[in-house]
Amino acid sequence: MRLINRRPDRSLWLILAVLPFLALLIAYAAGSAVRLAENPADKLLPGLTAFADAIDRMALEPDKRTGDILLWVDTGASLTRLVAGIAIAAAGGLLVGMLAGLLPLARAALSPFVTVVSMVPPLAVLPILFIVVGLGEASKITLIVIGVMPGLIRDLMLKIDDLPRQQLIKAQTLGANSWTIAIRVVLPQILPRLMDSIRLNLGPAWLFLISAEAIASESGLGYRIFLVRRYLAMDVILPYVAWITLLCFLMDWGLRAAQSRAFPWFDRARTGQ
Amino acid sequence: MTAISVKNVWKEYGEQVVLERINLEIAPRSFVALVGPSGCGKTTFLRMLLSEELPTRGEITIDGVPLSPEPGPDRGVVFQRYSVFPHLTVLGNVMLGAELRGSRLLGRLFGSSHRQARDDAAALLDAVGLSHALDKYPAQLSGGMQQRLALAQALIARPKVLLLDEPFGALDPGIRADVHKLMRQLWHQHPMSVVMVTHDLSEAFHLATRVIAFDRTRTLPEERLRYGACITNDIDVWPKRVAGQPDFGRDPAHLPSRDDPALDPGQSDRDDPADAA
Repeated sequence: MRLINRRPDRSLWLILAVLPFLALLIAYAAGSAVRLAENPADKLLPGLTAFADAIDRMALEPDKRTGDILLWVDTGASLTRLVAGIAIAAAGGLLVGMLAGLLPLARAALSPFVTVVSMVPPLAVLPILFIVVGLGEASKITLIVIGVMPGLIRDLMLKIDDLPRQQLIKAQTLGANSWTIAIRVVLPQILPRLMDSIRLNLGPAWLFLISAEAIASESGLGYRIFLVRRYLAMDVILPYVAWITLLCFLMDWGLRAAQSRAFPWFDRARTGQ
Repeated sequence: MTAISVKNVWKEYGEQVVLERINLEIAPRSFVALVGPSGCGKTTFLRMLLSEELPTRGEITIDGVPLSPEPGPDRGVVFQRYSVFPHLTVLGNVMLGAELRGSRLLGRLFGSSHRQARDDAAALLDAVGLSHALDKYPAQLSGGMQQRLALAQALIARPKVLLLDEPFGALDPGIRADVHKLMRQLWHQHPMSVVMVTHDLSEAFHLATRVIAFDRTRTLPEERLRYGACITNDIDVWPKRVAGQPDFGRDPAHLPSRDDPALDPGQSDRDDPADAA
């Protein structure tokens, strides 16, 4: 049988899916064991017990100096910034994207501007943000918004362009005005696509968040890993990275689940069944 | 009753002349089929009737009033694809017309007017044979059912003119025959004129009262740019079909002989082929 026609069944699929994760773990454990055998105080590839200690210290016991449990404080601070940034970017992106996507007059005014703004590297603007809005929460949230929103706007404009032109004509023959076309025809069809777009932008959003936290912050997941980097505390950094990855994965999965729950027609229309 | 009048209409895209010298008088309650080879401008002509495109020259009037420059509820439309909204259920698709016209601000109805719109939509859906699928989404329907839905959605707005752009072209032959039957029934029942673009001649003669052929008359390479298509044939379907009256087709008991007068000469403002013979 040709390779392109061989499909894994359920159990084989599971084994194949787990395999790379397992390989990474084994490679790490082996590397760690070799280095620890040479130097029991090695900090680069700490063993599992070191991780357990670090996780216990960060996630379960209150910090000696502040009395806070650091992992939760960091997670709370980071998620607040991230969710605020993404929410603002999504709302603004939806508004501008709909305006520019639906109204040719608005498109003429906005499209070239948005295209140019989206080319500005957001991290290059970070110093300006620190100077203008200060080192507090506002600058970090603004960085996420600046980093994510132009992409969302452009994506939504393209998605609105992709809606069949027949639909807009049809709505007009049914007596719609521009506003009711926007809220009854375009908005409901764009919302699930906005959720797709947000999922794709989760990575960049985290990137901007961690960058801002690394440079100027007093809490947050990004702040913590850049702080303990000074002590080569891989036993803290690696669990934090894994935790961030898990959070990102859960957000992606949550958005996907919310999308298929809120817009049951969307999957059907997409797969054409 | 709606008479469509097309006076010396031209359509040009830059240098390219697509349609030229189009003159047509369409009687109220007609069912006109536009036929012709690909690229002959029949769809462009339909788009002008829809105000999706504007004529470069000439004028189109409905009951003596020039067409509005944008699509409106006086003209309904069914396209070959993408006529229905994928995010609305079957019922929601048909209710949408009433909701959009009833509420300029929200595009939604509530209370008794919502119930009324729901009942009207359900009744029309029953008439097109979709009463079993009210809560399904269009993606769950077959092609034939989607076109039935599109017809119901367009008709609920009570258009004066129904425009059809190859509406049945993508359907299987068996399904197509069923939808043809429905289409003819709807034309008899609803007080509207129908203009249908099709590339299927038998479909045109099967449904229409009048078949109009578009074609290019100048086809030399150096002529193609500056000469567009025009009306090359204008055929009254015989035996005559009259909206709202039974159609006996080729049944010999009802077929007039060639020397009989037309069944209802008042229905057409054009010379009747029987008279000409």
